[in-house]
Amino acid sequence: MGMTVVQKILARASGRNAVAVGDVVEPAVDLAMSHENAALVINQFLEVFRGTGREAAVWDPSRIAIVFDHRVPAESPKTATNQKKVREFVAANGIAKFHDIRGDRGGICHQILPENGYVRPGAVVVGTDSHTTSHGALGAFAFGIGATEMASVWTLGYAVNVEVPATIRVDVRGALPDLVEPKDLILHLVGKLGAAGATFRVLEFHGEAIRAMPTSGRLTLCNMSVEAGATAGIVPADAETLRYLRDEAGVRDAIEPVTPDPDATYERVVDVDASALAPQIACPHTVDNVRPVSEVAGKHVDQIVIGSCTNGRLDDLATAARILRGRTVAAGTRMLVFPASGRIYQEALAAGYVADLVRAGAVVMNAGCGPCLGVHEGALGDGEVALSTTNRNFKGRMGNPASEVYLCSPAVAAASAVSGTITDPRQGGAR
Amino acid sequence: MTTARVVQALGDDVSTDVIYPGRYMATVLPTETPQFAFADLGAFHAQLKAGAVPAGSVIVAGKNFGCGSSREQAVSTLKGHELVIVASGFARIFLQNAVNLGLRLVEAPGAAASEGDELEIGPAEVVNRTTGRRYAVRPLPAARQAIVDAGGLIPYTRRRLLERAATR
Repeated sequence: MGMTVVQKILARASGRNAVAVGDVVEPAVDLAMSHENAALVINQFLEVFRGTGREAAVWDPSRIAIVFDHRVPAESPKTATNQKKVREFVAANGIAKFHDIRGDRGGICHQILPENGYVRPGAVVVGTDSHTTSHGALGAFAFGIGATEMASVWTLGYAVNVEVPATIRVDVRGALPDLVEPKDLILHLVGKLGAAGATFRVLEFHGEAIRAMPTSGRLTLCNMSVEAGATAGIVPADAETLRYLRDEAGVRDAIEPVTPDPDATYERVVDVDASALAPQIACPHTVDNVRPVSEVAGKHVDQIVIGSCTNGRLDDLATAARILRGRTVAAGTRMLVFPASGRIYQEALAAGYVADLVRAGAVVMNAGCGPCLGVHEGALGDGEVALSTTNRNFKGRMGNPASEVYLCSPAVAAASAVSGTITDPRQGGAR
Repeated sequence: MTTARVVQALGDDVSTDVIYPGRYMATVLPTETPQFAFADLGAFHAQLKAGAVPAGSVIVAGKNFGCGSSREQAVSTLKGHELVIVASGFARIFLQNAVNLGLRLVEAPGAAASEGDELEIGPAEVVNRTTGRRYAVRPLPAARQAIVDAGGLIPYTRRRLLERAATR
């Protein structure tokens, strides 16, 4: 019987010829990523070795990546001390894939991994971050785990007791219209599937709109697959994947794409017509509360946020700059921009996007997670409304349970910054 | 079979941001996270902080409990108060983290209760003794149960590490 991409990846990684949905496997891990929460992973890792009489040693330092992004630069002595502890562990264990707080090679983990060529098609990637699903954009099986599970991976080199998930095939026909973006597609899908509609399942993306989509957009799709509860999202590797890895990530060694068998078994098939999509928005306080932007157009916005692991890439900043060039952010509205990495920041500088955004009145911050999870920077006041290209709008997500968060694409965010109200970019602001 | 009182009844999609807000994520140790449980749910947070919620008390919720972040603090904070979560369903990473750390989760689709109700929780069903309603329990898959039986993922991994060393 044919296998889906994830079945093929899990079979290879667990040394089997084939696996079926529901099988329990222990796949070898190709890449294990953590951010600041490595501080907790280290604690749990040392706990595993306690009383064993063995020296605590990670299974393979070359397969561990640690990227500081959630609280950069540190917002408190506590965070700074955690980061210091992690740096010491990194040095003691020879972990080379370490990205500290730096303007050149730092940034958000879900951009740092792809742009450095750390993720390959067919790989098993685990990360102590729910948006680790992002890396499915490169044809890898990538999923989020907790810190204790990461300590187990650091010890053993494989993930214990993984059940082979069922796969939902998502076929996206047609082409996305101008100013309708990958974010609109994934918001539409999350709304359609529901916040738990894909729990314990994989979303495997196919169709014309996916083939035509650059890796930046595929990262957005896979990133937010977890908002439908999915274990992972995955785009089978194709010519665009190879182009990205060769030209943008500098990968020189062999790349082996994994594609699904023609007779693979899917739990179900979801069909979407990209050409019929309009800009979408997720309204408070769940990500699946999705409507066309036109239904909430005109609502005042206090703060616009463009950035994050979902939409902080060069294409996203280009869209925002295209809309804001020569215009100004409305009085009564603040606009914050967080590029996804130092490299993207530099590219946006060179392309003039940063100048366009700053001249329009946006505050361009350093690469990082920023206000997305209410950790630091960009806090909201009581009763305030944020419109953000980030991935979650749960009550209190941006740090204040008395505020509201709406989620949208970079085009919607930029057009709304000009008007100070939620705006369909096809109707206002765009050109 | 255990009998316990419902101390909090919540709806669908209770997120990790509600259970353990992101702004407290710099606090990581399981010994320190319980102080921030449900930090934005004023009255319940105050009860927990005051130690007024007995160990073994139950939170009842709907579908997709624990959705959102992979932050393990959302589990260790509840484990620290020895709460039991009865819900119609759990988000994947939260469920796995709970198995790994030994937080007791009971998946009972449709389970409904109000604060103050008394529940009987058995391996096969949950009985709301206040309303008389019964709800079937979905057992953990064997692979996850094995981790629970080992006392959590740390002892489980330690055992696997030593077994591997022994076979080399």
